[in-house]
Amino acid sequence: MAKKVALLQGNEACAHGAVYAGAKFFAGYPITPSTEVAEVLSVELPKVGGKFIQMEDEIGAMAAVIGASLTGAKAITATSGPGVSLKQELIGYACIAETPCVIINVMRGGPSTGMPTGPGQSDVMQARWGTHGDHAAIAVVPASCQEIYSETVRAFNLAEKYRMPVQVLYDEIVGHMRERVEFPEPGELEVIDRQAPDVSPEDYKPYDATKGQVPPLAAFGSGYKFHVTGLNKAADGFPTTKAELVDAEERRQVDKVMDNAADIEKNEEYMTEDAEVILWAYGSTSRSARYAVNELRSQGVKAGLFRPITLWPFPEKRTLELAEQVKAIVVPEMNLGQMIYEVERVSQGKCKIAGVHRVDGEPLNPGEIMAKVKEVL
Amino acid sequence: MAYDYEKSIRPGKLPHIWCPGCGHGIVMKGLIRAMDTCNLDRKMTSIVSGIGCASRLPGYLDACTLHTAHGRAAAFATGVKMANPEMTVICCGGDGDGTAIGGNHFIHACRRNIDMTYVIMNNYIYGMTGGQFSPCTPTGHLASTTPYGNPDPVFDISKLAIGAGATYVARTTAFHATQIDKLIAEGIKHKGMAIIEVLDDCPTTYGRRNKFRSVVDMMKRLKDMAVPVQAASKMTAEQLEGKILTGVLYKEDKPEYCEQYQNVIERAQGKAS
Ligand SMILES: Cc1ncc(C[n+]2csc(CCOP(=O)(O)OP(=O)(O)O)c2C)c(N)n1
Ligand code: SF4
Repeated sequence: MAKKVALLQGNEACAHGAVYAGAKFFAGYPITPSTEVAEVLSVELPKVGGKFIQMEDEIGAMAAVIGASLTGAKAITATSGPGVSLKQELIGYACIAETPCVIINVMRGGPSTGMPTGPGQSDVMQARWGTHGDHAAIAVVPASCQEIYSETVRAFNLAEKYRMPVQVLYDEIVGHMRERVEFPEPGELEVIDRQAPDVSPEDYKPYDATKGQVPPLAAFGSGYKFHVTGLNKAADGFPTTKAELVDAEERRQVDKVMDNAADIEKNEEYMTEDAEVILWAYGSTSRSARYAVNELRSQGVKAGLFRPITLWPFPEKRTLELAEQVKAIVVPEMNLGQMIYEVERVSQGKCKIAGVHRVDGEPLNPGEIMAKVKEVL
Repeated sequence: MAYDYEKSIRPGKLPHIWCPGCGHGIVMKGLIRAMDTCNLDRKMTSIVSGIGCASRLPGYLDACTLHTAHGRAAAFATGVKMANPEMTVICCGGDGDGTAIGGNHFIHACRRNIDMTYVIMNNYIYGMTGGQFSPCTPTGHLASTTPYGNPDPVFDISKLAIGAGATYVARTTAFHATQIDKLIAEGIKHKGMAIIEVLDDCPTTYGRRNKFRSVVDMMKRLKDMAVPVQAASKMTAEQLEGKILTGVLYKEDKPEYCEQYQNVIERAQGKAS
């Protein structure tokens, strides 16, 4: 049987990806340019027995998502810059309480209300550090409608596997563009469910590190009674201020991501083998960068594209290797410089680094990227 | 009926953090009795709170307990209940938590008429942070941030809940300890949003500052203020000046949110097949 295909907006593809991944709960608050994710899920979730709720604000939506996830449901919310800013306290809650959930951030211009219908890539640092306290972060940055579908599925998988919030960041351009999207067959994409406890309810501890870096999570209502809090806590979930317990828990929660960076990491490379200059680009910007690589190659410039699909944890190892190989790395971004600082940090001065920036709501075009490459070479 | 409080308390979790004379413990005992009366299966009961002294309550109880962020109890609880409507969901917390930072979630949970019971402990103050005024601090009273007397008007939590759409609203006080469990139990049995406001006392940060010399003084004040709704119907406006009505203030049968959503699912699936 031929595969089902459709001409889908990125946001629509996201919603269908969520259903494929087994999402059973959405809570959100409308905000451009993410709203279609909610609209499609309001149609699709009840069809599969899932629940959709439009909450009173983004904070409430994030709270409901965490509550739903604790009953075992795969849960998702979708928003844009100002909405993510509101969710920040509870993103931290999901981190410390180790509650799997997926947060879609369709990036627009900013700060504040900024440009609701204009694209931006200026929340990439918010995705890393956008809550108080020390914590690890996982964020993915798809660049096409098909990839939004599959990366939304992967975001759920990572959330369930590592028991934490995972952000899917894409800019308004990919969120609102329409492309041919193939619906994968059941089984075609991997779908991971959180690990259930293998001990009796009496012996269950929700943060029992002896069960590994990611202790199993029981569901409320499944026979297990336990306590969940946003306070620093011991293995049994109850608050503690004992220095050694707090320290061990904090470190475990960061290490579970950093020690598994290779499993979480996903990049794409294009013509990097012999490249003398790398375009380091993500999201819609990477599409202009790819075009620029082809043009530059036709003009005899050995250009290549490195495209992170996992943005956090940051692709440190591969970025350093490339920095050691090339004369220059050019980072085009729809912000005034955010990921370029990370590229600079991990490149350790091994090559020249330059940025191409735009914050006027217009896409970065291949011409301006090429001009910057010629300038630095 | 004799109650086995031990059975409901999580082993090893006492003593609690509350100050001597704090009313929160009285409310917790009432909640335990109510849960017993309703014969709740603790494995299927989720007790959700925000942040504050009152919000520490769930940690002491043996159930699926969720201590969330300041003000967000009703929103977390909405997620729990919607995702698993089989569960009995009980929220608890303070007046500041529920009606200041959590005011938006509070009124919208009432509006949806989602089937949960919210026990709100109104001690007129922000206890945990050391006695700043809350939306329920009486005008003119002293708090750490109203050194010249509170200029703010006061929220009537029960009226707010009724106005917002809660379908069971009751009020009592920490003095009327034996009424607490009856009202909570009725709230748990009620299908829809049940708000039980308990006028509570915080001797440490509110009482001291406002010259209620002892916990006994504070309890006496609660006793004197309370007028059962039945009695109030025979009293004049003058007699009711400064009094607070207690008992079941409002009760109505209205469609419950999760049940309504079940209709949505059926409609969606009907179309799909
Ligand atoms: C976002 C946020 N803001 C402020 C606080 C600080 N805070 C903790 S408890 C509290 C007040 C609690 O008062 P109330 O809800 O009336 O409960 P009580 O302590 O009196 O029982 C405040 C302001 C916080 N924890 N989180
Ligand atoms: S500060 Fe007030 S509310 Fe908090 S425990 Fe002490 S008496 Fe109770």
